[in-house]
Amino acid sequence: MNWKMSRIVRTVTNFLIVPIIVYGIYLVLHGHLTPGGGFQGGAVIASSTALLIIAYGTLGEHEKDLSSVEALGLTLFILIALLGIGTTMFYNFLAGAGGVFGGTIPEGINPGYINTGGTVPLMNIFVGLEVTAALSLIIWMMSKETFVINSEKKEVKD
Amino acid sequence: MRKPIAVLALLILFVFLAMGAIEMRPFGEPEETEMDDYFLYDEEEGSQAHNHVNNVVTAVLFDYRGLDTLGEATILFAAVSGVLTVLRELKKEGGKDD
Repeated sequence: MNWKMSRIVRTVTNFLIVPIIVYGIYLVLHGHLTPGGGFQGGAVIASSTALLIIAYGTLGEHEKDLSSVEALGLTLFILIALLGIGTTMFYNFLAGAGGVFGGTIPEGINPGYINTGGTVPLMNIFVGLEVTAALSLIIWMMSKETFVINSEKKEVKD
Repeated sequence: MRKPIAVLALLILFVFLAMGAIEMRPFGEPEETEMDDYFLYDEEEGSQAHNHVNNVVTAVLFDYRGLDTLGEATILFAAVSGVLTVLRELKKEGGKDD
């Protein structure tokens, strides 16, 4: 399990991992203004996990943490959906109410303000958390199995 | 023989792309506005007045059809549960046999 790629690949990974994660977070946070959203941004952040696994061979012992983050994202999503149950499920109770994400939009063409949208950006964030953790877990578990198979083949050859 | 043809093709392509770029409308001034007028700017049904979201696609995904998104997220959760179940590490008992 201590399989690594060369120092060049690891150094380039260390440089690339930051812009990839920042771009993913940007996609998640601006989901209600630009194309993108929780699913797409989460997939971008999970690709940084794939890069880490290719370069370093392991993520350490963070499997339980990723599972918890995934369950937390889904639970908070359902919680936000249930908070509007006074009207209906998934009612946008924060929109235009002031406060966090409760700003109002001037009518017509506007440059886009991040403090708008009500529950939509919150749900984007939670779905982004869930998708990030889920795809990272899938990539990690599959890569782990291939590493085990490769090492077994080597033992057979020797 | 092949080089002049390639250069010619490139030039023709460049001319067409340049014509397209010159004829482009300025940013933020669409030619047809019926869709925008209904989905974005309508005073009762539009997403700007109704739930204060500029992006209609996200408004549909996370507000109008939120239950769909919940289903998608649940499917992803179930998929990860399945992968973790199939690919989990089995502990060896006593380390006698592999």
